[in-house]
Parts: sequence; structure tokens; C-alpha cells
Amino acid sequence: MEAKESDEGPRTGLRRRDLLRRAGAFGALVAVPAGLVAAPAVAAEERGEVRALAATEAGTLNAVLNRLIPSDASGPGATEAQVARYIDRALAGPFSDAAPAYAAGLAALDDYAAAQYGAAFAALPPATQDLVLGDLEAKRATGFVPDSSAFFEMVRMHALQGMFSDPVRGGNAKFAGWDLIGYPGIRMDYSAHDQRLGVKLKPAHHSAADFNIFNPKHGA
Amino acid sequence: MATKLKKTDVVIIGMGAGGGTAALPLARAGAKIIGLEAGGRYTPTDFIADEIRHDVLNWLGRAKANWEVPTVRSSPDGVAEKGQGIIMMNGVGGSSIHYTGQSWRLSPYNFKERSETIRRYGASAIPADVALADWPVQYDDLEPHYDHVEREIGISGKAGRIKGVGKDSRGNVFEGVRRREYPMPPLRNSGWTDLMAGAARKLDWHPFPGPAAILSREYKQRPACDYHGFCTFNGCHTTAKSSTCFTTIPEAEATGNLKIVTRARATRIETDSAGRATGVTYVRGGQEFFQPADVVILSTYTYENVRLLLMSTSAAHPNGIGNAHDQVGRYYMAHSYYTVNGLFPGERLNRYSGTGAQQTCLDMWDADNFDHTGLGFIGGGTLSASMENKPMAMATTTPPDVPRWGSAWKAWVKANANSVGGAFVQVPSMPYVDNRLDLDPTHKDQYGQPVIRITFRIGDNEQRLVDFLTPKMEAWLKTAGATQTWHDPVYPLALNSHAFGGTRMGADPASSVVDKWMMVHDVPNLAVLSGSTFPSTSSKNPTQTIEALSWRTAEYITRHFNAVKG
Repeated sequence: MEAKESDEGPRTGLRRRDLLRRAGAFGALVAVPAGLVAAPAVAAEERGEVRALAATEAGTLNAVLNRLIPSDASGPGATEAQVARYIDRALAGPFSDAAPAYAAGLAALDDYAAAQYGAAFAALPPATQDLVLGDLEAKRATGFVPDSSAFFEMVRMHALQGMFSDPVRGGNAKFAGWDLIGYPGIRMDYSAHDQRLGVKLKPAHHSAADFNIFNPKHGA
Repeated sequence: MATKLKKTDVVIIGMGAGGGTAALPLARAGAKIIGLEAGGRYTPTDFIADEIRHDVLNWLGRAKANWEVPTVRSSPDGVAEKGQGIIMMNGVGGSSIHYTGQSWRLSPYNFKERSETIRRYGASAIPADVALADWPVQYDDLEPHYDHVEREIGISGKAGRIKGVGKDSRGNVFEGVRRREYPMPPLRNSGWTDLMAGAARKLDWHPFPGPAAILSREYKQRPACDYHGFCTFNGCHTTAKSSTCFTTIPEAEATGNLKIVTRARATRIETDSAGRATGVTYVRGGQEFFQPADVVILSTYTYENVRLLLMSTSAAHPNGIGNAHDQVGRYYMAHSYYTVNGLFPGERLNRYSGTGAQQTCLDMWDADNFDHTGLGFIGGGTLSASMENKPMAMATTTPPDVPRWGSAWKAWVKANANSVGGAFVQVPSMPYVDNRLDLDPTHKDQYGQPVIRITFRIGDNEQRLVDFLTPKMEAWLKTAGATQTWHDPVYPLALNSHAFGGTRMGADPASSVVDKWMMVHDVPNLAVLSGSTFPSTSSKNPTQTIEALSWRTAEYITRHFNAVKG
């Protein structure tokens, strides 16, 4: 486990400032339209880059996550919480054993969606996507090894982890998951009053990594 | 070729709850001890409140435990497959670092379940496929050691039966008689534990706060618990949890008589031609060492205790140590974890804080605290309602009529995630004759050594106990205000952090592995400490009993050192 449990995964090594500086340098030499460079430079930090999955696989996975934890009247969903980034880092790190199962399962998902509903999963309307996922959950979808529910349960479990685990892991961005369930965030202590019924605590919006005792650069 | 080290009085394999406790009385008596520990030493930084790191990845088990997860099957003719789940960890302090810290004495009944069952209900009350045996150690034998451990490591609780005082309904009125009060009061009651205590009283039941190896006040220079909510599967960053790495181990080290070798992976217990233990071979940093000793204490987890005994074959022990009668690995038992959930609409229960050991308990249906006539099962369960519901559990505990994903699920958890409470029980399993541990014929660890294979099922006794307890758990929750209750079926959890048996204690070498002092029958200078010695189990968490037995064995070894070492 030790060796496999990587840290936050490989980064580009470029910070926003570096990217802007580079963009500026390029801008002086070649006519790169400013909007094309600066905007993705900002977004790359926010979005996180897919590393463990191919782009088409990541696209399908994002579509699945958006249906498992949709952005809707209840608040932000998997997209805002960067659940895909959590899974991506996990697949590049501690869950690398599961990467082949993702690749195979996402391919099977697109095949099944196309065969049964006429288009790749990401191209289907949301209501149809839900039908497809229902087929997977109920073990009705064909083409999966060992079966569709095993793949569905794996993705669901990782999606929930990405939504509700500490943001230091890459998901639960802006504490969207913890706000959804009324969990106030990491605190070092709770008073007797805090533990009474009915008490509503103001969201602390802290990650464990915000506390010095846990060392923000923790190695896991 | 192993490097031969200087001989020591005692070598201990595994510095967890058992070995970490045994070290202290030995060190105080002046014995020179080498403690071999597969893991390292941890600091508060390692105990970051990160559910992925601890609850999902079991980062604290990365040195060894995660590489040798046993395989699992449900019957002797099945094919075992690799198990999944967190079972233990490695490090100075062992699994006493990441346990929840519920710290119980067993009921006097638990030590004589066989004879008490026969006396009260007749021999036919014991299922035919169960090899139930009384312990060779009784509650009264262990009471002084329970008492010792409670004070040495620091246990919070409220006594219900003190000798000469009588019953006190603020504590557990069903407990065995104790010589005195706990060294400090119980952990703080919360809104939730008060709610469930009040409901129990309304039902004329007997609620009490569960005992905890967590400090409710400052004790021996360690601080009181901060209730921050990441206790189970994690170590305590403030040292308020009474893990042996904060209690008995540093005290033993301070005597100068205990030297711990970390990152030392024991591979064999060596024996001479007469069959006596001569020491332990271990690997550290790719190098092999032999540590000679007069006395060897094997105190790893249940699985590794059995594995090391079976792998330590020799001319004197061709089938493994202690296994002349094919007893090593037999009578394996484990807890099934069973929860009835309740929905309290609109109520903020705030169970995300605190520790799992912060709880209201009911002992009325544990052990033989109630009449089993006509019920079709023996034994019982302690019910509890506890704190420490971490965020991922909050988001995933939903009733069966709510979808498990999508907008409907999301709306439900938004409205209700902080309004779900549960009643919990650890269902003990009987020592079925077919439930056992052995060496897996195909699966190996990363060093090519066979992992343990678990053969485990539960039976009618366990199912009937659950069927008996479920309506009581539902009534408890509904009386507290739950409008809806639900539960999953009970299922066997072969791979378990509460694993018992495999090196059963008993008087007869033909039907047990260790004697009443936990010394191996045919290797009188080798002790085995852990839940692996339990002949039967109970609903209660085992650690304090393991610690009390360890203290007792260590005192036995110091008192009879010359006889033990031979």
C-alpha cells in the first residue's frame, strides 16, 4: 500500500502565475488570442486534469457522475464538487488497481447505451441516462464483467467518497458535499453544547489539512 | 543466514493491546524484553482526520496487515477468495491505536457459557455443531486484572455493581461484581445519547453509559477527549484514547527494560529438539535476524498468531507449534455488526461529532441476563446508541424506499442526513466445529508466505438472536421519536476486527492450544495473547479482556520465571 498510495498525483508543475507569464511570452512572439490561453489556464487549476482515464472515458464518467449526484434544486452536485477530480487522483494513486475496471466498464457502458438506447451514454438525454444507470444497478445491462452492478457499485462508491470526503483528496470542492448533508466540516473539538440536539453549527468549512497538527503537506 | 543477536529474557512478537500490556508488569519485575513490532511509531500528524486515508485505505496497516489479508469461504468444501475490509494495523500500540475504545469486562456468564447453559436449559440447548467450552479462567480470576488495567491505562465509566455496595442503576446493573468504581466518570452524554437513555427508561429498561478507554478528564498527564469525531479506525492526535502506545508501553520503556525493534517482521518461532521455544527469527530491512530468548510471547492479531504457529514447523512440531492435536486454527468466531436505523424527521441529532465509545447501552438481553427458555438460541447482545457518524456514513444511510443515487436521493439526504440515528448490536458467533483458520493453499503474501484462509458461517443461533433483538431495537428508536425504522439483514463478517479463537485456551491439550495461563501446552515457555485464545465469545468488545489476560500471564511469567524458561 505504501508504495501505491501516491500523493495528490502528478501535477503539471505550472501554477496560474506561470501559465499567465508563459502566455504573455507566447503572446509577444506569436499571435495567440488572449482569451484562448488565459481562460483555460485559470480553469486547469480549478478543473483538475484527467490523467488516469482517456478523454472519452473521462467524458463518459463525468456524464455518469452528473446523474449519480446531479446539480439540481438540492444544490451543487458532482460537477461543482469536482468528484471526477477525486476519482482521477484515486485511480492515478491508491486505487490504481481499479483503473482497468473503469476503462472496461466505461467502454461497456457506451456499447450498452448505443445498443439499447441509440447513442453513447454522454449523448443521451438525462432521463434516458437514468434508465441506463438503472439497468446497470439492477444487473440488467449486458457486456460487463463480471456484471453491470459490480461496475455501478464501484463508481457509486467512489462518487460518494469524492462528494463527502475531505477536500484534501480532490473532491468535495468548496465543501459542496458537507454542506449538502449539514456536516459543518473538520473541527478540533466539539463542546457539550455543540453535541446537544437541535444545535445548528455554522459550517466551519475546514479541511483536516488546514490544521497545523495534521501538517498540510501530509503524505497520504 | 540469520544474524544471531544477544539472548534476552523475553521476546514479544507484536506490540499491540496484548504485548503492549504484558510488557509493563514484566519490565517492572526487571525482565529484559525485546519487543518486535512490524509497523513503526506514529505521531499526531499521522492521525489526520481523513476518512479516505483511514477508513478506506487503512493507511495504518500499510506495513504488513494490508498485504496479508486473509481469504474467505463459507464452507469447508468452498474455494476461498481474498477478503475485503479493515481488520488491523501495524505500529507500536497495534490496533489499540485505531480501535473505537469501547472497554468492557465480559459477563461472568461468558466464561462458563457451556456449563451455565446446560445447568439452566439442558444440554440440548447447545446446537449440535457447536463446540462450546467453558474457559479455564473465570471472571473472579480475572477481576483483579480487569481492575488493574482500568487504572493503568485509564478507563471512563460508571459502575453498576460494586462489591459490598450493591446495584447502582446509573451503571450497568448486569455487570460482574467489581471491587471499585472506574477511575474516572463516563464520557460526556450528548443530546442523542440522552434521548436514547430517556426512551429506554420510558420502556422500563436499564440504560447506562458504555465504558470507554478514552479519558473523560485529564488522567496521568493525558488530556480529556475533545470529541472531534474521527476516532474509529484512526489514532488519537491528543493521546486521550488509552492506546498502549500512550500508556503501558512508554511506562515499560521508561524502566529501561523494554527495547522495541520497529519494522521487524517475525517469520518463525524457533524451537529446539525438545520442542521448547528458543527465540524468534525476523526480517528487518531485508536482513534476517534471530533473537534468542528464554520466554517467547506471541501477541499479534488472531490471524497472524495462527499463521506464525502453523508456519513454525520443525522436527519437534511437524504440524506447527501447538498443533500436535490439530487444534491450531479451530473454533474461529467473529462478530456480525447489525444496526437498526431510525429516522427522526426535522431533528438535528448532530451525531457527526464525538466518538463511537460515547454511547448509551442496554445489557438486559446480553449473556444470560434474561430467560432463554423457548427462544431457540443461547447468548445475547448488548444494544447501544452511539456518536461518531462520519460524513460518508451520514450520506449513505438511507431507508430502502429511497433511491440510492440521483436527485431523489440527494433531496432526501439534504433533508435527513443529520436526522438518522441507529441502535447497534455486535452479534457473537458460536464456536461452530467447521469454522476455522488454516493456511491458504494458493494465496500468498508479498513475501510468498501463505495467507490465512477463513472458513466461517453463522447459523440459526445467530439469526434467532437477531430476530429476538430487532423488535426491541425498533421499539427503542420509536419510543425516542423515530417515525421510520429499517435495517439490512444480518450477514456473516468472516474477515473481522473482532476475531476470536484459533488458539483456544483449555485444560485438555487434546481440545485446546494454550493452558489457563495462555502458555502453549507442549511449549511451556511460549505464551499466546489475543482474542485467539477465547474459547467462546460475547457481544462485548474484547480488548480489555485481552489486556487483563495479558497482564495476568505476564505476572505468571514473572512469578515463575525459572520454571517457565525451563
